[in-house]
Amino acid sequence: MCLAIPALLIEMIGADQAVVDLGGIRKQVSTALVPDAVVGDYVIVHVGHAIGQIDPEEARRTLAMFGELAGATPALETQP
Amino acid sequence: MKYIDEFRDGGVAQKIATRLRDEALPERQYSFMEFCGGHTHAISRYGITELLPANVRMIHGPGCPVCVLPIGRIDLAIQLALDKGAIVCTYGDTMRVPASDSLSLVRAKARGGDIRMVYSATDALQIARQNPGREVVFFAIGFETTTPPTALAIRNAHREGLANFSVLCCHVLTPSAITHILESPEVRQYGTVPIDGFVGPAHVSIVIGSAPYEHFAQEYRKPVVIAGFEPLDVMQAVLMLVRQVNEGRSEVENEFTRAVTSEGNLTAQALVSEVFELRTSFEWRGLGEVPYSALKIRPAFASFDAERRFGLGYQPVADNKACECGAILRGVKKPTDCKIFGTVCTPENPMGSCMVSSEGACAAHYSYGRFRDIPVRVETGVAA
Repeated sequence: MCLAIPALLIEMIGADQAVVDLGGIRKQVSTALVPDAVVGDYVIVHVGHAIGQIDPEEARRTLAMFGELAGATPALETQP
Repeated sequence: MKYIDEFRDGGVAQKIATRLRDEALPERQYSFMEFCGGHTHAISRYGITELLPANVRMIHGPGCPVCVLPIGRIDLAIQLALDKGAIVCTYGDTMRVPASDSLSLVRAKARGGDIRMVYSATDALQIARQNPGREVVFFAIGFETTTPPTALAIRNAHREGLANFSVLCCHVLTPSAITHILESPEVRQYGTVPIDGFVGPAHVSIVIGSAPYEHFAQEYRKPVVIAGFEPLDVMQAVLMLVRQVNEGRSEVENEFTRAVTSEGNLTAQALVSEVFELRTSFEWRGLGEVPYSALKIRPAFASFDAERRFGLGYQPVADNKACECGAILRGVKKPTDCKIFGTVCTPENPMGSCMVSSEGACAAHYSYGRFRDIPVRVETGVAA
């Protein structure tokens, strides 16, 4: 029910509507809940409304954390 | 797709699993509740249960809005369509939820009720504009994620002066439900669930932020890790919970920083509080009456409140006696503990609410896990 998908905002239409691209599929959504979103942002779409935005820097950091974790694992296995 | 595929990498999942096995202390048991149905679905769909060490158990929580919607509420929506002649618009998820008299919204539609599935509250608003001579009711369900779009629809209808649109509001709140699981009097009836920590909601937290869980983590001494709905997010959150337990910490941590901030979406919060106020009590299927756990429409928007507009009175209805949804929603029982799981009650013909939504604990286990319970027998030496 709470499913939501990150989609690329490609065009603003009027004050609070926008077109998003979702892996090639384009759809018009409401941006009334994310007034700061601009073209080029990834917004999180839920029931036809963008409810939030992806912070690309934080996404990169989370992925890097998974990566560091992967690198650190063999060394840790030698610990008691 | 960007921000999805990279969070589903199987190789990285294995690495996190190795780390988890290293860090989970063999002498103790860990039980974590994932509150959200979205997490329940991810855990079943991506086989996360198999990647976790044997002493780490996930308990599926009640965070599936369809599953916790009581029969009496669906009865109200059916009543609006069949008795009041209204066009009832609803999300697809609610269509097959079993109601009284062997009905459901989809069966009521077959009986002639004008019930329409919509993707968005905005679509319901459009139907109201197109049918000025008919009453149009949006049957609104969902947690904090889904509430702001409903609030927006009501505010826009108010601005437009749309006279034939109203909302049957069944929006519920996450933090009060988590609290209720830990301290409700029914714990005596169902027994207690040993919960060492919670995987906190993903998209609910985009709206409400991470701050509302702080009080809860401190007061109940339970760690909370907010996590995204992708499999790597869930694995990482479980690892973070294991670390908190091992270090004796009870903090709110945020794994989903790419979308969740401490304060949440303030625009959405302002809109929700403009349109809605707290109900003193609301019945949840499986949890019973939970104080201050749901929203109702403020008096300023009273003409858009279907309950007032049609003078609806809520009548609680008991669940099917054989159904174990109540205990399953609290994590006290597993789907396979229910006598009718997979036999009488299936996703095609659900008896209980946990089987209706793909996010329900029963439906998730039926779709992705039921063959795990059957021992594999390998026959050798017999030519076919």
